[in-house]
Amino acid sequence: MKKEKDSILKVEDLHKSYNETEILKGITLEVKKGETKVIIGPSGTGKSTLLMCINRLVEPDSGRIYLEGEEILSSKNIHKIRQKIGFVFQHFNLFDHLTVLDNVKIGLTKVKKIEKSQATEIALKELERVGLKDKSELYPAQLSGGQKQRVAIARTLAMNPKLILFDEPTSALDPELIGEVLNVMIDLAKSGMTMVCVTHEMGFARAVADEIIFMENGVIVEKGPPESMFKNPQKDRTKEFLNKLSQLYGKEENT
Amino acid sequence: MSFFEIVESSWVYMVEGIWVTLFLTLISVIIGFFLGVLLAVSKTYGNKLFYYISYVFIEIIRGTPLLVQLFILYYSLPVIGIRLSPILASIMAFSLNSAAYQAEYLRGAIQSISSGQMQASLSIGMKKWQAIRLIILPQALRRFIPSWTNEFIYLLKYSSLSYIVGAPEIMAQAKFVASRNFEFFQVYLFAAIIYFVLVTIFGEIFRFIEKKMKIPGTLTYARNQI
Repeated sequence: MKKEKDSILKVEDLHKSYNETEILKGITLEVKKGETKVIIGPSGTGKSTLLMCINRLVEPDSGRIYLEGEEILSSKNIHKIRQKIGFVFQHFNLFDHLTVLDNVKIGLTKVKKIEKSQATEIALKELERVGLKDKSELYPAQLSGGQKQRVAIARTLAMNPKLILFDEPTSALDPELIGEVLNVMIDLAKSGMTMVCVTHEMGFARAVADEIIFMENGVIVEKGPPESMFKNPQKDRTKEFLNKLSQLYGKEENT
Repeated sequence: MSFFEIVESSWVYMVEGIWVTLFLTLISVIIGFFLGVLLAVSKTYGNKLFYYISYVFIEIIRGTPLLVQLFILYYSLPVIGIRLSPILASIMAFSLNSAAYQAEYLRGAIQSISSGQMQASLSIGMKKWQAIRLIILPQALRRFIPSWTNEFIYLLKYSSLSYIVGAPEIMAQAKFVASRNFEFFQVYLFAAIIYFVLVTIFGEIFRFIEKKMKIPGTLTYARNQI
């Protein structure tokens, strides 16, 4: 079934070095429409760098990235392509001087040049989707971490992206606030949004991931559907890492 | 003569001086502000050419005394045929000087904004200059207000240098009055009080603006302002 779906994102042999240190040593992956991929791995293995390379917040050294078949690394109009790739940051990165509503609206009015009343309508709709319509007049500093991240998701959704990249969206949150963000993400995945998530929330992975990708030292060690990755990982290193994760987060988390 | 008689007799001259001082300061600080924003943005986000232009400009201005800059504009430019009035020479010297300092203050404010703000702006498809204009500067300029207040006060007082080239500001007027009644101490004391009052008034105005511009919900961890 999945094979017949359109490819949204294709990454081929991506390399990136900072100074002498090679962070990405040839990453290849493909994401099809409606799929959710979860990337796990120890810190410093290049997971975030990989995501940032995909929308070129970081310029990769070599390799190819295709968005819906269009090669984007050589594209001169990267700002046009970035509109189609949502990005949700670990530290939210809401615009601190703007209200919640304006945070969601600014991409619509200033980037997409949609007229104000229509932009407000879209923004309120997206805020409703993440359950924060009643907070639209507040400023980021007046929100909890979980609420900030939900606003950040709404800001991304408002741009109507083809794909959303999540860079450890719950790592900066108190345990009590993680659930509200994950629920929004689960709803999104179920509604057919294409997502690539760097996260260690295994409950989330179990619930919606089509594939789990284990990365270490700049390469993909192993990947597969959640059932086989959890029950029967092929590589010892994957087994070891997943064991550590389940020790930390509990084995049979159900979200 | 009592101090009140001094004040009474010199008041008319001093008011003229106050207007010239305010005119010099306001015009210079505003020109300096716009130049400063350009310099700070070039130095922070510009390509190599823009970076070096602003770097060299700022280093030259900061590396030489304001008085020397004023003398060059007023006394040396006539050598190559450019003759400026005292007021114009002062405005030019103060604007250029203030621009360099404001640029460095603002650069500090820009760099204090988390890099995530730029990343988030780019990630929703903004161009770099849009991100600077819509996201970075509105936040950086708020953090810039306290040092801008400082710069304004500095310039208000240092505009007194322009009496040397003959601009009729507060100090020049004071000198003129004192040379007629020989009450140097009391006249200069009066001038000092005028500067103090002006600085206090503007300090309060900018404190008010700073409070108004504060982003709701943000903490400063400073003593709550009354």
